[in-house]
Amino acid sequence: MAVNKSDIEKLAELSRIDISDEAAANVAQSISEVLALVDQLQAVDTSGVSPMAHPLDAVQRLRRDEVTEPNQRETLQAMAPATEDGLYLVPRVIE
Amino acid sequence: MEWEIVIGLEIHVQLATQSKIFSGASTAFGADANTQACAIDLAMPGTLPVANEEAFRYAVMFGLAMNSEIGQRSVFERKNYFYPDLPKGYQTTQLEEPIVGPGVIDIELANGETRSVRLHHAHLEEDAGKSLHEDYQGMSGIDLNRAGTPLIEIVSEPDMRSAEEAVAYLKKIHSIITYLGISDGEMSQGSMRCDANVSVRLKGEEKLGNRCEIKNINSFKFVEKAINVEAERQIEIIEDGGSIAQETRLYDADKNETRSMRSKEVANDYRYFPCPDLLPVMLDDDYIAAIKSTLPELPDAKRDRFVSEYELSAYDAGVLTTDRATADFFETTARESGEPKLAANWVMVDLAGYLNKTDTALKDCPFNAEQLAGLIRRIKDGTISGKIAKQVFEGMCNAEGNADTIIEARGLKQVSDTGALEKMVDEVIANNQAQVQNYVNADEAKRPKMLGFFVGQIMKASKGQANPQAVNEILLKKLNEQ
Repeated sequence: MAVNKSDIEKLAELSRIDISDEAAANVAQSISEVLALVDQLQAVDTSGVSPMAHPLDAVQRLRRDEVTEPNQRETLQAMAPATEDGLYLVPRVIE
Repeated sequence: MEWEIVIGLEIHVQLATQSKIFSGASTAFGADANTQACAIDLAMPGTLPVANEEAFRYAVMFGLAMNSEIGQRSVFERKNYFYPDLPKGYQTTQLEEPIVGPGVIDIELANGETRSVRLHHAHLEEDAGKSLHEDYQGMSGIDLNRAGTPLIEIVSEPDMRSAEEAVAYLKKIHSIITYLGISDGEMSQGSMRCDANVSVRLKGEEKLGNRCEIKNINSFKFVEKAINVEAERQIEIIEDGGSIAQETRLYDADKNETRSMRSKEVANDYRYFPCPDLLPVMLDDDYIAAIKSTLPELPDAKRDRFVSEYELSAYDAGVLTTDRATADFFETTARESGEPKLAANWVMVDLAGYLNKTDTALKDCPFNAEQLAGLIRRIKDGTISGKIAKQVFEGMCNAEGNADTIIEARGLKQVSDTGALEKMVDEVIANNQAQVQNYVNADEAKRPKMLGFFVGQIMKASKGQANPQAVNEILLKKLNEQ
């Protein structure tokens, strides 16, 4: 399976990545090469083999329902570019 | 042309856990912005999710209540999209292997009919934060307290055919989740939210029409309105020769209309894939059986029991069991008073009327079920009439205390003393000789109706406190002597 430049542009849009025309063409080429490798793997007959989630068949451990995280707003918001009234500020979402 | 509306609902229910689904931050409602948003909720680099056992237990409880198959293996996936209130850039959710599989529930309609609604599945996922679009220095404000709150998304099949059915289904789900205690179900606080997939087709047509997804429906009332207004819109377009574009629309309650949400330049493509941070969750038979043994009596079972045990009508039993607190209140009143039918009436009419009028929640009611039973016992033993009981009830609503206290304080005790009643009857007979003559000369058949006049006079003279049964007996005796 190969991807073309417009596939890359669509993916970039979905991923909010700014990508130049030239870069898009290069990336399309690189990803197509990776996908060729995937094609090779997909050619292997895996019918009857269920996908492996963990090599040792480990399963998800669950924790007890307890509040363990204190309020660290001050520390966390010290890293944010803009805050007000305890809110994180981001570029306007709706016009 | 006769149109048929086809509705499927997606209901998001916040689970009443103490902490979030993948972090130990609190889920309490109403905290200051971002005071309950920890590094995991904020998607700080290097953090990993740790799943909350209680969220799984609640989801399993729900699945068992819906007669669904429980996914012994359930898997989390990433649903990728960009929005500032979703810091990770993906929502951790379930797709291929959800925790709750297909099921079915019955809903009851106002005309007494029952309809089955199939559940497609229900899955666990995390809630997003909230965006505040007021002007903050020309920017949007983000509160991530809600980010990571556990949700179950309950997806129905398109089995509903009217707004009424959709509301009945939503109420049924609400009833089940609150009976189970897995959510407070407060729609006004966003604990339960509903999106409706609505399409229309000509009656008899097999093929489904193009559907629109209506978002932002935040009360039972709006569900009904939003569905009806959207169906009307679609029918109008088709009858004018147009066609329906599949899209997401927003319900505007103020204008009672749906409108298209800002069209996205690129169609949604969530690029789901299994979340590499979370292993499959395995729940064994013993675990599920243990949860099953803790399930409370559910609304349908309780309704059937009320019908057989207390001889209530199916309708009354249905009304009383919609809400667990009301059902418990009724049951205690019925047991303590020994008068289930009176108890049902007082709870459904007087209590419900009072709560409604004063916008009071049952838990804040100034009296309890034992106290209401106390009032009913006084009607039963003849201390007060049903009419005086309404006055006593008013007193109880004003937190004046037990029925006995109020009867004593207000001097409402019914007069059953024969001597006193005879005196009143004599006076009324003496003062209304014309009516007495009419009565004596009247046909046997007309007399009972005429008797009402005298009873009314006596009740008036006694300020309603005369025992009506005793009055009737004495009055009949005395009139027949005339």
